[in-house]
Amino acid sequence: MKALQIIEAAYRGTLEEQDDTIIWLTHSMRDTGADLSVLLTGNAVNYVLKGQDASGLEFGRWTQVNPPNLERELENLIAKDVPVYVMRDEIDRRGLGEAFTIEGIKLLNWEDLPKLLDAHDHIWHW
Amino acid sequence: MSRYLLISSRDPFECGDTRNFYRMAIGLKTSGGDVTLFLVQNGVFPARIGAENWRLREAIGAGVRVLADEFSLRERAVDGALLADGIKRASLELIVDEMAAGTKTIWH
Amino acid sequence: MSEKKTLTFAIMDPPFESARSTTFFRLLEIAAGRGFNLNVFAYEGGVHLSFAKQKAHGNGVHGTNVETEHHPLPKIWVSEIMTKAQESGGSVNWVNCGLCADERGIDEVVEGVRRGSPADFWKLAQASDNSLVIATR
Repeated sequence: MKALQIIEAAYRGTLEEQDDTIIWLTHSMRDTGADLSVLLTGNAVNYVLKGQDASGLEFGRWTQVNPPNLERELENLIAKDVPVYVMRDEIDRRGLGEAFTIEGIKLLNWEDLPKLLDAHDHIWHW
Repeated sequence: MSRYLLISSRDPFECGDTRNFYRMAIGLKTSGGDVTLFLVQNGVFPARIGAENWRLREAIGAGVRVLADEFSLRERAVDGALLADGIKRASLELIVDEMAAGTKTIWH
Repeated sequence: MSEKKTLTFAIMDPPFESARSTTFFRLLEIAAGRGFNLNVFAYEGGVHLSFAKQKAHGNGVHGTNVETEHHPLPKIWVSEIMTKAQESGGSVNWVNCGLCADERGIDEVVEGVRRGSPADFWKLAQASDNSLVIATR
């Protein structure tokens, strides 16, 4: 069974959870041997940028020790042989440009999306 | 190419990504898929006659079957006469039918 | 009677915040009535749905008391749907993501709900005829 994780919502609870909970879920399932791919779309395409820095959150005497590191989480997914695609159109609309992305990300054009969807048994849209 | 049921729960007035979801439906249909777009919750807002819904009209024109949850329509005072051309009201039972039949089901 | 199927759902929304949780229960109700075997993976806020300590209340604006307001409590929906599924020849296997429950203090859940992990979601989906993720926003 192959499942495609489409991640669209971005920076939702990432500070409190210290990661993106769907990237985390993907890691967790992958670690049990799940055959998964990831497609980033919508605002989640911003996750492929180098230089995201969420450090410095403090409330009273509480300081965040482990801020989310979404670059690292994606790089680790790629290192676990999880293909990570990102919608090219969404990158372009946001003015992100290929030069700023972490390595190993696969850009996907709209016309290739049906083929990707067809190649997976389950499509989970987050 | 497979059968797809795309459940659209968000409306394009509030959520720009909804148009991308319609676009996904169109892409799947034009690639040879059997595609149904099922509007539910606020996703039924563009189903009202006279609502701005050019991307939804494009989906209908491409042959995507567009249905709207009868409960969500009633909840929002969209009765039969107010439903835009090409959109049919349907029961949520259809979603369970399609899932049971193995249709790839995606919620947005 | 329709052929018995196994369907797996993932739900992320807590109660009272979004129409998504209600639509999810509407789908479960239909599937339970058909005697299907249903798997639910409650992730993140979804673990609140089965929290045993949900309490009804009256409503001054509505002019009601606890009895007359008859406020919905999703924990009751969970139990009712489990009963309905069973009476129809099916089942509901409801798994709360354990870490999600911990961080939210969900320490008491209605009967029939168990603690699990993402590995359960994967295994349940693998063993199902179909799956549907209803994510939050």
